[in-house]
Amino acid sequence: MKYVDEFRDPVKAKALLKEITQITDRLAEKLKRPVYIMEVCGGHTHSIFRYGIENMLPNSIELIHGPGCPVCVLPMGRVDDCVAIAEQDNVIFTTFGDAIRVPGSKKSLLQAKADGADVRMVYSPLDSLSIAKKNPDKEVVFFGLGFETTMPSTAFTVLKAEEQGIKNFSLFCNHITIIPTIKAVLDSPDLQLDGFLGPGHVSMVIGNQPYNFIAEHYNRPVVVAGFEPLDILQSLWMVLKQLDAGEARIENQYNRIVPEYGNKPALEAIGKVFELREFFEWRGLGSIDHSGVQLKSEYAAYDAEKKFVVPAVTIADPTSCQCGEVLKGAIKPWQCKVFGNACTPETPLGSLMVSSEGACAAYYQYGGDRIDAVQIEEDTAQVESL
Amino acid sequence: MSIDAPLEEVDSRRRKGKLVSKVITLAHGGGGKAMRDLIDDVFVDAFSNPALNTLEDQARFELSDLAKYGDRLAMTTDSYVIDPIFFPGGDIGKIAICGTVNDLAVGGATPLYLTCAMIIEEGMQVETLRKIVKSMADTAKAAGVLIVTGDTKVVERGSCDKIFINTAGVGIIHQDYRLGADKAQATDHILVNGYLGDHGAAILDARGDMCLSTKIESDCAPLQDLIKTLLDAAPNTRFIRDATRGGIASVLNEVAESSNCGIEISEENTPIRTEVKGFCEILGLDPLYLANEGKLVTIVPENEVQAALDAMRAHPLGKESADIGSILTDGRAGRVHMRTCFGGRRIVDMLVGEQLPRIC
Repeated sequence: MKYVDEFRDPVKAKALLKEITQITDRLAEKLKRPVYIMEVCGGHTHSIFRYGIENMLPNSIELIHGPGCPVCVLPMGRVDDCVAIAEQDNVIFTTFGDAIRVPGSKKSLLQAKADGADVRMVYSPLDSLSIAKKNPDKEVVFFGLGFETTMPSTAFTVLKAEEQGIKNFSLFCNHITIIPTIKAVLDSPDLQLDGFLGPGHVSMVIGNQPYNFIAEHYNRPVVVAGFEPLDILQSLWMVLKQLDAGEARIENQYNRIVPEYGNKPALEAIGKVFELREFFEWRGLGSIDHSGVQLKSEYAAYDAEKKFVVPAVTIADPTSCQCGEVLKGAIKPWQCKVFGNACTPETPLGSLMVSSEGACAAYYQYGGDRIDAVQIEEDTAQVESL
Repeated sequence: MSIDAPLEEVDSRRRKGKLVSKVITLAHGGGGKAMRDLIDDVFVDAFSNPALNTLEDQARFELSDLAKYGDRLAMTTDSYVIDPIFFPGGDIGKIAICGTVNDLAVGGATPLYLTCAMIIEEGMQVETLRKIVKSMADTAKAAGVLIVTGDTKVVERGSCDKIFINTAGVGIIHQDYRLGADKAQATDHILVNGYLGDHGAAILDARGDMCLSTKIESDCAPLQDLIKTLLDAAPNTRFIRDATRGGIASVLNEVAESSNCGIEISEENTPIRTEVKGFCEILGLDPLYLANEGKLVTIVPENEVQAALDAMRAHPLGKESADIGSILTDGRAGRVHMRTCFGGRRIVDMLVGEQLPRIC
């Protein structure tokens, strides 16, 4: 763990924080508001809360927790489809851990499991393939979800299934792509954003090039960031340096992992197996063109959507939920009407409350101090205005 | 530590049944000869003590014997349903004794007598059952407790997962001890007796789903002797709890709530093995929520901290004892914080549901 400790050095953190504070204070004064930086990836959100980074930053910088938590953006209709497949006779439905709790319109996969469906947690799609091999008389379905980070392993699994002639394995594909999503965020009218921390794991697959449009067309800096706390601080500092100099470029802080042009074999596997969907429904963000992928027709035999009858009904998000506004950074999690009362990690209404990468769950679990501080500030302001 | 079993009861049963079958069948729970043979040959043989050997429907105790240990009776029960039943560092039998002994001991009680009820799935190998029972007998001996009564049920295949064990226990609390989650006071310190999260990580790993080859072993151990050592050294100890399911995070939250105080622990001073940290990093788990089966959290007044630590560290089950934090004087009531190695400060909340690994 020596390797990890170097990225958690409090002395270096202090030095970076000092510089960050100097720059943001200057910028905030110019902007007459805090500097808004979005971390796109849920993994970053998790690290920020886990290491208490948010509490270390000055008030002149505000982190907006973006849409990069694949569990959080999964619409209810797709969860209903999962449950419908899982509840068919003879099906073993396999999924990653934190997808199991996402609420559908009637139930989650966890509830379906309790009701008798054979739902199993796996750590890799290859585990599903092993289960398929061991249970030749059952249909084994893998619930594939995630951005480009998890897409290659799903693609390789499909290729392996084909190579080994395993016919009782199929994929319920909910993989999504990051670029159209960032674009949708940038195009939303209620958005105030000065720069981005780019998603490190996604970039390890796709490289840095795809982000160029953010700098060119939207004039916002992007720094592709690692997940250790020092990575995050250094990346914030790099974004701020660009803003301070009036620049907008794509920089790679995570160059120990992220190659400029991505991972070629991974991209090839993705290209071989998947094609873009015309559109894909996102929780909170609505339908986004070309934001999801599906299996190409050559691989239809492995496509659970073709193998099984799925309801495929679009279910509107609960009207009380403001997940979309939180995802776009228009409101803070605790400003949502149902945060902490109707919507809690035990009984999540919106998906941002489900995964520990979701902004709402993170605030619910770790954000009490921040919420208290805001409450005190508001109370004081109210007293002063009286 | 030795306990006086009620000696005036005579061993009323001379019979010594012999188990012939190699596999447990429904007949072994049927109440007839097969069951008698199982009880005689497997249980009584291993647990043997005068209170049990009478094989009455209840174990009997002289109140005057119990009163020697203190002025209050402590009673607890727990059921054990672990998968896998044998794991690095222990097995379901060992844990069934440790868990109940520890639940008594953390209340300041001297654990004395345990019950043992088993629900066995038909088809279990008798050899496997013997191994579990031997492990229970050995652990009970080490913990200074007697297993004085029991029950056996055999259920059809599929009705339970191999074996479920319930143990209930009684102990006596010494008149000087008044431990409780509501007794913590500002400036008190929080101590633990060693590395946290070993059991939870060992079990997850032993299930084999992760295909990680670690050498993490469960910390499963009876803590009554360590607790006695601690209480002798720090008699004003406020509270002790074994940090089982939910880990130390859950215990600390309960204290913060019951004692209406704020708690801060230090990540740097919280002992977690490098292997367990790595295991959690890979799976996206938080070791503060991992189960322990041989770790206690104790709250000790500031002036007894050194004595408590010295005593605990001198005990074989407390060599890595550490002072991990304190009760704040100006903390927000009910809230637990961790000062991270990185210099940040984060809330350590109660766990909701089960810890689930993250996608990426």
